[in-house]
Order: sequence, then C-alpha cells, then structure tokens
Amino acid sequence: MSYGVTLPEQGMFDAWREAARIAISHRIPPGELDWAGTGGLFAADPLPDAPGPHRARVPRSFLKLAMSVIWHCAPERLALLYQALWQIDRREGDLLSPADPLGRRLNLMAKAVGRDIHKMHAFVRFRELPATGRRRFAAWFEPEHNTLEPGSRFFAKRFADMDWMIATPHLTARFEAGALGFLPGGTRPDLPEDASETLWATYFANIFNPARIKLDAMRSEMPKRYWKNLPETRLIPDMLKDAEERVARMREAAATAPRPGAAAVSTRYRAAMPVAPVLPETLDEARAAALHCRRCGLCETATQTVWGEGSATARLMMVGEQPGDREDLEGRPFVGPAGQLLRAVMAEAGIDPAEVWLTNAVKHFKFAPRGKQRLHRNPARQEIEHCRRWLDLELALVRPQLVVALGASAAFALTGNDAPLGSRRGQIETGLHGRPVLITWHPAYIVRLPDRTRQAKARKDLMLDISSAAQAAGLGRE
Amino acid sequence: MARTLQDKLAILSDAAKYDASCASSGGERRDARKGGLGSSGGSGICHAYTPDGRCISLLKILMTNFCIFDCAYCINRVSSNVERARFSVDEVVTLTLEFYRRNYIEGLFLSSGVIRSPDRTMADMVRIARTLRQDHGFKGYVHLKTIPDAGPDLIREAGLYADRLSINVELPQDASVRRLAPEKRPETIRAAMAQVRLEGEAATDRTFTGRRPPRFAPAGQSTQMIIGADGTDDVTILQSSTRLYTGYKLRRVYYSAFSPIPDASSALPLIQPPLLREHRLYQADWLLRFYGFTADEIATGAKAGHLDLEIDPKLAWALQHRGLFPLDVNRAAKDMLLRVPGFGTRTVDRIIAARRTRALRYEDLVRMGALIKKARPFISLPGWSPGGLTDSADLRARFAPPPQQLSLI
Repeated sequence: MSYGVTLPEQGMFDAWREAARIAISHRIPPGELDWAGTGGLFAADPLPDAPGPHRARVPRSFLKLAMSVIWHCAPERLALLYQALWQIDRREGDLLSPADPLGRRLNLMAKAVGRDIHKMHAFVRFRELPATGRRRFAAWFEPEHNTLEPGSRFFAKRFADMDWMIATPHLTARFEAGALGFLPGGTRPDLPEDASETLWATYFANIFNPARIKLDAMRSEMPKRYWKNLPETRLIPDMLKDAEERVARMREAAATAPRPGAAAVSTRYRAAMPVAPVLPETLDEARAAALHCRRCGLCETATQTVWGEGSATARLMMVGEQPGDREDLEGRPFVGPAGQLLRAVMAEAGIDPAEVWLTNAVKHFKFAPRGKQRLHRNPARQEIEHCRRWLDLELALVRPQLVVALGASAAFALTGNDAPLGSRRGQIETGLHGRPVLITWHPAYIVRLPDRTRQAKARKDLMLDISSAAQAAGLGRE
Repeated sequence: MARTLQDKLAILSDAAKYDASCASSGGERRDARKGGLGSSGGSGICHAYTPDGRCISLLKILMTNFCIFDCAYCINRVSSNVERARFSVDEVVTLTLEFYRRNYIEGLFLSSGVIRSPDRTMADMVRIARTLRQDHGFKGYVHLKTIPDAGPDLIREAGLYADRLSINVELPQDASVRRLAPEKRPETIRAAMAQVRLEGEAATDRTFTGRRPPRFAPAGQSTQMIIGADGTDDVTILQSSTRLYTGYKLRRVYYSAFSPIPDASSALPLIQPPLLREHRLYQADWLLRFYGFTADEIATGAKAGHLDLEIDPKLAWALQHRGLFPLDVNRAAKDMLLRVPGFGTRTVDRIIAARRTRALRYEDLVRMGALIKKARPFISLPGWSPGGLTDSADLRARFAPPPQQLSLI
C-alpha cells in the first residue's frame, strides 16, 4: 500500500510537518510515501486524517534543519526529510553530524538555501513606481531555490515605511501598508526607469580601483547567474577594458607639479601646529614639551605621554614608576587599580589629591602584549634616565618640600641609588635635586602581593609613610 | 561652473576608494518595524562586487576631497591637481536614503578631506550622521571616519550616531607617518583610538540605577594601514597590529596595498600594488586574532622580517616547528589543533564536537572542512600516518608554486 501527499506552494513547511507527523504516527515507512502528489500514475491514497498511535519526538535542531531544507528546489527534499525523520525516530545513525551521509546531504541543502537567501538580500534591486501616498518600489528576482517566502521577512523589517513588491518566477511577495502577502509568480514585469540607477552606476564605476584587478574574487561572491538582474554588472566589461590603460596613464604621468597655492596652505597649517618649547619655563610648557617627547623608543608603542597632575605649587610630590594600561589610555596618572589604592590611602590620610603633585618617573607606558592584554614591563635603567629630564623639570617648577618615591624605579630616578627597597622603605634620603625623598612601596607592588597578610602589612606601611610625609609637608589632618 | 550631483558623486567616490574597509557587520540589532527606515545587525551584506574583488556594502564617499593636509600617499592631498568637489549635507543624506531604499547598500561610510580645521570638518560629518538618524529615522549602518586631531566632544557625539568609528594609523611606523603625512601626529591618532575604546566600554556599563548610558559606536572601531609605501617589514607591521588590537580593542586592522594614484607625489614609487603581500598579511592577522599566534611566532616562519609570499604564514610556521607534529587529531588540545595548516577554526570546532562521541578517522576530516592535502603531513589518526613525510626535506616544495623559468628578453 502506498500514500501520496500534495503540499501547497505557500506555507509548505507547516503542511509538510503536519503530513509527516500523521505518517510517522502510523509508522508508514519512507518507501510507501510519494511526496510527488496524489495524482500520479498509480493513483495513491491520501494519508489518513486522524493521527495514529505512535508519537515521534525529534530534536529542535532537526526542525531547524528541515525548516531550511524545505525551500530547496530539489523535488526529493521532501522524501529525504521524511527519511531523516524515520531514521531519527528509529535511532538509526547520527543525522545531525556531518559525518552521516544523509545528514551531510541535508546540511548541504540547508547551506545552499541559506546562501540563496543571503544572495537575495544582497542582489534584489528595487525600482521606484509612481506613488500616491506611500512610496512604492518593485523588483524582479530569480532565486535558485524557493527562497522568496523565507527571505522576504528581512525586507519587511527593513523597508517598513514603503510599499514594495518582489516578483519571482514562482511567487510574488507584496508588502502594502505594513502587511506582507504572497501571490503567484509570473514573468518579468516591465518596471519604469529609475533615475537613481544612473547614480548607482556612477558610483559602481568610480569606486572601483583599476590598479587591482581580482576577477576571481568578484565572480565567486557575485556568481554570473545573478548578473542579468543586476543593473551595474553591465558596466563591468568596459571598466575592465579601460583599467589597464588607466593604470598605465597614471604611471606615465608620474609626478606633476604641486597645485599652485598648496605650499601656502601647508605652511599656514604647520605654523599653527603645537610645537615643543625648547626651554620650558612653566609647568604647562613642560607638559607641552613632554607630549612631543621622543627621547626613547617607548613613545612609539605607548598611546600618549602621561604628565603629572595636581597642584603646581604642591608642598608634597608623589612619584610612581610609570603609567599603567589604564593611565596610558586615559592620559592621567594613577587612575588604574594601583592608582585607586594610592588614592584610597591618601583619602584615609586626609590628603586631597588636588594639593599634591602626582607623577611618574617614566612618562610612557612600557608593556608586552599577551593574548588580549597589555602586561606591564619594568622600565629599563636607560629609559628612566632619558625620562629624568621631565622629572627634573617637574621638581624644579613645582619645588615640593618633600617627595615620596613609590617603589624602586621612582627611588632610583630620584636618588640615583638602585639598592633594594626592603631596607630603605620608610627612610628619608637626599634626592639628586638636593631635597629630601621619602622611600616607600609602590601601590602596584601591594596590589600584586598574593599573600593577604603581607598585603595588609604593606598597605599599612604605605599608609604610615604617606601620613608622615603629609605631616612633614604640613598637609592633611591636624 | 555648478557641478551636478552625478559629477560630485563620481569625484567623491573615486576619492574614497582607497579605504579598504567595507564591513557592515556586528553592532546592534535594530529594524524599522516601529518606524523609520532600515535595519542592521548580524552578519553584513555585500550588495555588489567590483572587478577589483572588493565588495560594495556601504556607500563609501568623501564629504569633500578638498584637503589642507599634504599626505604624500593620498590622492586628495593639498598639493594634488585632482578635481575637487564638495557634497552638501542634504546631498549625502539623499544619496544614502535613495540608494538604501533600492537595496543597493547597507548604509553609509563617510570620510572626508580636512577643510578649514579638523574640528569644523568633523562637526560637518557628525551633522550628516545626526540628520540621517534623527530627521529620517535611518536605522541602517553608519561608519564615520574620525578626522585626526578632532576634539573629544565631537568624537563622543559621532559615537552616538555611528555604528563604527575608524581612524587610520596610515603607516605602520611613527617615523613614516611624520615623514609622509607631516600634518598628522601618531600620538594624537592613538589617543583618539584610546578614547573610542574607553567611551565604548563606558557605554556598555549600566549605571547604579540600571539605566543604560547613551550608545557609543556599537560596532566598535577599526583602522587602516598602507602597505608598501614605506620600507616597514611584515613582522614590524604585525607587531604594530598586535599593539592596536590589545591597546584599543580594534575589530579590524585593514591592510591596503599601496596602489598607484593619479597625480602622484614624487615621494613615492608608482609600483604594482603588492596584492599578494597584502593577502599574506591578512592571513597572518587572522592567525593573531583567532588562532592564538603572536607576532613573534609568525616571525619564525618569515624571511628577513617578511612573510613568505609562496606559502601561507601558518604553513611557514609549521614547517619551522615540525618537532611539534604530527598531531594526534583525536587527542590533541584545541590550541594545537588550531595550529595545523589546513585546519580552520570551524574545522577545529567540528573535530572537537565530533570526537566526544567517537574516534575520528581520516575519511571524516574531509567532511569537516579540513584541507587534507595541506594538513596531511602534520596529523595522524586512524586511517592515516604521515610516516617520514613530516620531516621530509622537500615538504616546502610540495606546497610552494613551481619555480618559473625567467623569460629571455
């Protein structure tokens, strides 16, 4: 005994699903179902109306696959899908793995449908029709598969404020006043000329670079079978014909004399560009000069110079090692995790950051990229020495009573002594500038300490040192 | 003489073609069901292809090609004798909307020469984007090029309307920028990229009240580097890209082979654009972003700082590290599978998913999308063992194109 099924052109997936559900509920084997219809040579019976006793369950991913394969133009797709359903129900093979032959075939069909839908979204070209009220557009398109129905939702969402129609040989989609409907297909309609098409052709011909011809890349993405409905492709032969000649002309023309008047424009603009003051006399001038600093190689990898900030007449100055990742991006010192720790400690000690001068021994961030991060690297001795020019300027212009050296790099920059910090912490040394320097931990060192108790101890040390520095400089709580 | 819209479009699209970017993917999902025109989100759509193999996804034009900068590599530099034109705000808006309605494009990619000052130019560009978004409810894709040295407030406003912002680093080394583009300053270009990153991150954080901050360029930022206009080698270029990716979270670095321009400056050679080199750099860039390679690792397969033009960079690396191969496809870790020449990220994902349930055989690999011919010397699994192939002396020659005899003059 065999059964025949006829499915409608529209809403085919739901119809197939309903038919397949009834067939599998009666456990009708794939061989006994003829999806080509009931009107065949050996007049087959229609499926029973009522469902049978068996209930098949399929994974969601199969339904998704079927929803795509159903639009394929191959007539056997309906039978293949039922075959797959039959096998899933009997747990034969792993239909959804690309290693299964039937699964692979269905996946390829789904892929072809997906690609066809994508190409439709890309290659439909509307022309405007005369309108009364809403603007009206129409297009003729020839998809490879029956993809207009699943593909037209995209146009409905995108072109919601206009009426449009896409005609294909099998089906016509019509969007009017916000409602999408389908009509039978037909032959290519006669669409009126559209002035925008001329502009589009102008754009297509001019955006093309004749010096780089890659025809294979073009043909693989814009297969020739779509060309007949793409207005711009008519230009391609002429564009190619001219290309070589245009490039040759460019090469022969070689350099020409500059446009008259150009030099004056350049001179004027360049004169207005910021320049680095050679001998800065104020903090602002020093900052302007430091922004241009190229004394070492760090400027090329870092984002920007991070200059100090705070009070220009501060009695207390705090010097860290170098800007970190965050400081480099924001262009301000002590705004990253370590900076936040320092600012918290300062707040506890009753110090307003606006009344001190916060800066770093090195003004550019030194790092090594690791994965998606930029990892801090210690500045080399030479880099600290190159950058001392800026630190010296800050010391000379701010003239603080006391400087706090945060960590070993700052201590070396300020005192010239690179001995380990452990025994020096909490001590006051004389800086290269002839004034007192208090040595303490760098907040980043504290942040990175893995041991909680040591971390708490170090934080206490920092707090103690900063408080006593504030006191010595006459800042903070009385 | 008044130019027609068509004349201007010809001039200002011709002037824009040296920007390689055309992506319209990523960003936020939106459509016109609740008013307005257009949609975006998900994968981008390429609406057409020109014979140079590049896709047309966006209407890529300059607002104007008048420019007060004098960048030697650029056709629009102040000293060039090229024809000049300028669009009005309405002209750009109308072109964008009318092209969009006919399904020619996904949106607008607007760049510009610098007129009067960087700030004035950027303000005009922002006005175009604002008009599209606010007056016309345009929901398609907008990519704005940020003008170097434009103020932070203008960049912030641009991010409100644009899906993507980009600022070109132009050349891989600061010294080359200073030499060939004297008005551009590498440090301010980087500072602008840092700002775009920070603004973008701030826009995804919710406030304490749970309110969303204003959007900021949801499709992120990208940049472009010109290849072959200066003497920088490929490894230096890749190190430069690594810094751009890690520092500013760029979605893409575009490499653009320097191609001859009409009315060229005498500072540059009018050579055939190094298209193959550009292609190898893109391959290496993919290795950086999706395959866990570092620039220094890629460098081990390079010759004198340059990528091998005859074979792809992953294969070049693998040939220098044969001690790590052959890999047992059924047991190797993901990060090593990604390093097998001929295996893409999707192939590797499929292998990992499939080998959970059963041991894979050689025949399975073809169906998973692997390029078997390329992968064969570097893998072993049931049904295949490379034997001495992995270490054979002529392995490179199997993949490199055959040597060509020089022709006699």
